[in-house]
Formats: sequence, C-alpha cells, structure tokens
Amino acid sequence: MKEQGNVYKYGDNVDTDVIIPARYLNTSDPKELALHCMEDIDATFAKRVVSGSIMVGGRNFGCGSSREHAPLAIKVAGVSCIIAESFARIFYRNSINIGLPILESKEASEEIKEGDEVSVDFETGIINNITSGKEYQAVAFPQFIQEIIQANGLVEYIKKNREVK
Amino acid sequence: MLKEREVIDMGMTMTQKILAHGAGLDSVAAGQLIQVKLDLVLGNDITTPVAINEFEKIGFDSVFDVNKIAVVPDHFTPNKDIKSAEQVKKVREFCKKMGIVHFFEVGRMGVEHALIPEKGLAVPGDVIIGADSHTCTYGSLGAFSTGVGSTDMAAGMATGEAWMKVPEAIKFTLRGKPRKWVCGKDVILHIIGMIGVDGALYKSMEFVGEGVNNLSMDDRFTICNMAIEAGAKNGIFPVDEKTLEYVKNHSVKPYDVFEADKDAEYVKEYIIDLNEIKSTVAFPHLPENTRTIDNVGNMPIHQVVIGSCTNGRMEDMRTAAEILKGHTVHPDVRCIVIPATQKIWQECMQEGLFDIFIDAGAAVSTPTCGPCLGGHMGILAKGERCVSTTNRNFVGRMGHTESEVYLASPAIAAASAILGRIAGPDEVEEGL
Repeated sequence: MKEQGNVYKYGDNVDTDVIIPARYLNTSDPKELALHCMEDIDATFAKRVVSGSIMVGGRNFGCGSSREHAPLAIKVAGVSCIIAESFARIFYRNSINIGLPILESKEASEEIKEGDEVSVDFETGIINNITSGKEYQAVAFPQFIQEIIQANGLVEYIKKNREVK
Repeated sequence: MLKEREVIDMGMTMTQKILAHGAGLDSVAAGQLIQVKLDLVLGNDITTPVAINEFEKIGFDSVFDVNKIAVVPDHFTPNKDIKSAEQVKKVREFCKKMGIVHFFEVGRMGVEHALIPEKGLAVPGDVIIGADSHTCTYGSLGAFSTGVGSTDMAAGMATGEAWMKVPEAIKFTLRGKPRKWVCGKDVILHIIGMIGVDGALYKSMEFVGEGVNNLSMDDRFTICNMAIEAGAKNGIFPVDEKTLEYVKNHSVKPYDVFEADKDAEYVKEYIIDLNEIKSTVAFPHLPENTRTIDNVGNMPIHQVVIGSCTNGRMEDMRTAAEILKGHTVHPDVRCIVIPATQKIWQECMQEGLFDIFIDAGAAVSTPTCGPCLGGHMGILAKGERCVSTTNRNFVGRMGHTESEVYLASPAIAAASAILGRIAGPDEVEEGL
C-alpha cells in the first residue's frame, strides 16, 4: 500500500491534549472529534487538512493520555500516516490497533518540511520526499505487528484469528 | 530455540518476571512479543464508550470474566453536561448487561487509580491493563500495570489477554530519607526533570534500594503514577512489609511476590539520594521543565488544585491541612481540594480536615478527575496560573490554551494558596 500527500509538520512532544483537547471528549463520535483535531496548537488544521495528507512530528509524538480519540481524530480528519522520530508507547499501540499507519525515522522527521510532497510505501517502509528528492528507510515493524496492520487493526485481527480457531 | 537460550543466559527484571508468569513462560527477554493473561482490565467514562464500540465490532456477547473488569466513571462525573451523562449511561448499561461486578457509581466511587488499590483490586504479581494512561500507578504494589487505549481494553474484556512487548528497564536505586515536606511527588518530578518526558520511553522504571523503606505507600503510588510522564511502560516497586500491610488491609485477592534476579539487565542505572531532593515544581508546558522551589522566582497565582490520582490520597490531604491550619487562602486565589475517593473524603471529614480547609477559605469537592484534564470543577481562563498537585501541564490541559499549570506537591500547593504565589511551606512558617 502506498500513500502520497502533502505534509503538516509539528515539533517534539506533541501531546494528546493538543491533538484532541479533553473538553471535546464528551463524545466518542470520530467525525465530531476530527473537527477539533490539533486545535490547541494549530487552530485551522481541521479546516485545511485534505484527505491523504501526511503528518510529521519529532520525538515522543502522542505523549500523555491514553485517549484513543487522538489517533482516531487524526485518521478521520484525513491523515493517511504519521512519520515521527519516536512515538509515545500508548499512542503507538493505539495507532496500530485502529489501523493508522505510523513510521519511525529520525532523518525523515528532521528533514521533511511543512508542505513537502511525500510518498510512503508501508510494505517496504520507504519514505520518499518528492519535493526534495530524498529517500528514507523507516524502522521495520515486527512480524506480529505487521499482521495487525495488514488486518487493518486489532479488532479485525482478533476476528480473523477467531474464525481460524 | 531462541527462548531456551535466553532462559540459561539472562536474569530478568521484576517486570519481566511478572510478564513471564502472566504469559505462562519460564523466561522472557526484552523485545520479545508475548501474549499475557490479564488479572484486571480497567476503563473510565472517557475511554470505555470507545471500547464498547470496538467490543461490539469484535462480535463477543460476553466478557471473559465479570470479576476481572473494573469500570470507574470518574473523569466528567458527576456528569458535567448532557453528552457526558449520555456517555456514562452507555457505560452503565453495558456493565449491567455484561454483569460486570466492579462498576463504581457516583457516591461509591473515586478517582480510579486511588480507588482500585483501596478496593483491593490490584495486588502484587497482577498483570493489569487500563484504558487510562495512569494505570501504571499499581506498580507501587508490585504489580505489572500499564495504560492502553480503548481497543486494547475491548480486546482485553473479550479475551482476557493482551499482547505486550517485553520492556527493557531502567534501575533507580533510592538511598536515604526525604527531608521534611518532600514527598513522592518531588521524587518523581526530580526524576522526570533529570531524564525527560521520553527518558524512559517503552521501558520499565524499577525503583529499588534501602531508600524505598523511607517512602510510604502513598509516596509510591504517586511515583508510579507519573512513570508515564517519563514515557515509561510501567513503574514498579519491590514488595516489602509496607506493601504487604497495605494488601492485608485492603484485599482478599491471592497475590504473588516477584523479585528481580540479581543478574537482571538494566539499560541504565541512576542512584538517587532522597535526602538531597528539594521540593520541585514543573513549569509549563511539560513535566520535565522542573525547578527546585528556591528557583521559582515571584510567580503570582490564581488557583490551586489539591487532588487527582497523583495526589488526592489521605497523606496528601493531611499535609495540605497541616499547612493551611490557622491560615487563610490568599484573596486572589481559589483553592480547590478534591479528596480522591469516598473513603478518603469520609476520613478527611472524621479527622476534621474539612474544618481546616473551609475555615481557610478553600472549596472541597466530591471525588472527580475534573480540573486535572480541563473537564470541569476549576477550569482556567486566559492568562490564569494554577499550582496543581496533578500530573500534566500541557498546553490547554486545565482550560484556556494561554493558561498555565505548575505541577507540585500538596505541601507546595497549600503554601502557594496561602501566599498567593508559588512558595514552599517554610515561607508560610517564616511569615507567622
């Protein structure tokens, strides 16, 4: 699977409170959550973002709360994948579990700029910055996690394995 | 194969031993992916509604064990608005339908991470996941306990299992005894200031050493509670007499005591002299932005919050009362005290602490997470500054994006409430 889109770039320690502020957590409706995605650090993101966009962050992306509403809001807002130097562990799990592709690459995270056009190949982990012409190799997922991603999330993975049993 | 070779070669950390036991394996090694059996699956009023959606998608019509799931509506309760009421209603009906035993209604509840140990639902050796990041609190009881999201909670409720990557560990050897007014909050803020908000990313924080004896259970709860603020998967304390005394007084569940092997591998080791730690404050907007109390400068404040899963326990209440006794809250400050559970609330009342708080001009709330995450019960306006005993000071955490949260101990919070600026209890005493 390949995705291509323009980049929205953020810094280090993007926390789940800015991804989706708690004042909007009185709903679990993904579409409603997406309307407020990134609101506290980028007030117009939800209005500007187009389907297939790519989000790039720095270190410890998604730190803080366990709210799955955070990757869910990003996914439903139209972001096809997130590239960061590193992800906070609960956000990492949640993204995989809901089928939002995430990729770790220090160089890509540092060098890709806001607005760059980037393509990502999830099978090979190759990130290609079309704007700059530079290519990066993301850290590979363990086999088991790849299987969850391929099943499009944990729920589908469990369903599939249950049927096999 | 690989697993067997590791059995011979490598000692395990305390966390790894609990995980190996939970996975039914003789041995595990860092980086290994395992499937563990769960002793408790936890959720709250924010994360459980999403988990219910996912649970229904999996297509299960019953939970794995009605006694091993705990659901605590604590974030926006007592329901702050219609939408919150609808969410709690959904959760309540789900629990009733599934026959979930440990559902805690308003009036019988508490902030989840204060409530679960108090109700005896977390004991040494347990493997616990909770759809709340501060689930790492129960490491203080010698359990493996970690925060997950709603889909993991759903899968846990359905199957009684979760996948885990066995973590590496950082060892924190604690020595000595904390000074007067220095508590678990100062210890963990000091550590986060030292290693950073991703300093323990994906790892266990294992606290050991003779200094552990000088930390109360409430101190240990606070320390493990904030392990997540260093990015850790879990924080954990060895089981000692204090732990066993706590377990005896709160739980009837069987438990298992695990110890790290002598040759366990740690990726890093820090030695912390507790007697050298000063009262510590985390400045906006990250818990790692710490300064000792003698370096805060003149910072006028508008609000003080004393409560939460981090510092809403009995010792925290007693400390705040000891400092507030005979004083009044500064005219420009609102001081909000939130005992974390019904039981703590009642004890405060019986010990006369509420008289002290009310005479001082502080408000006392029913248990709720409330202001900690900017839900209700003390939201900040633009430009307002709050000293809070909670755990996060991110942008907009307690209200307006241009408000500020300063994380501190109950002692600092109470002293700041009196003086109207960030200050330590010594300054209150000097002012007498």
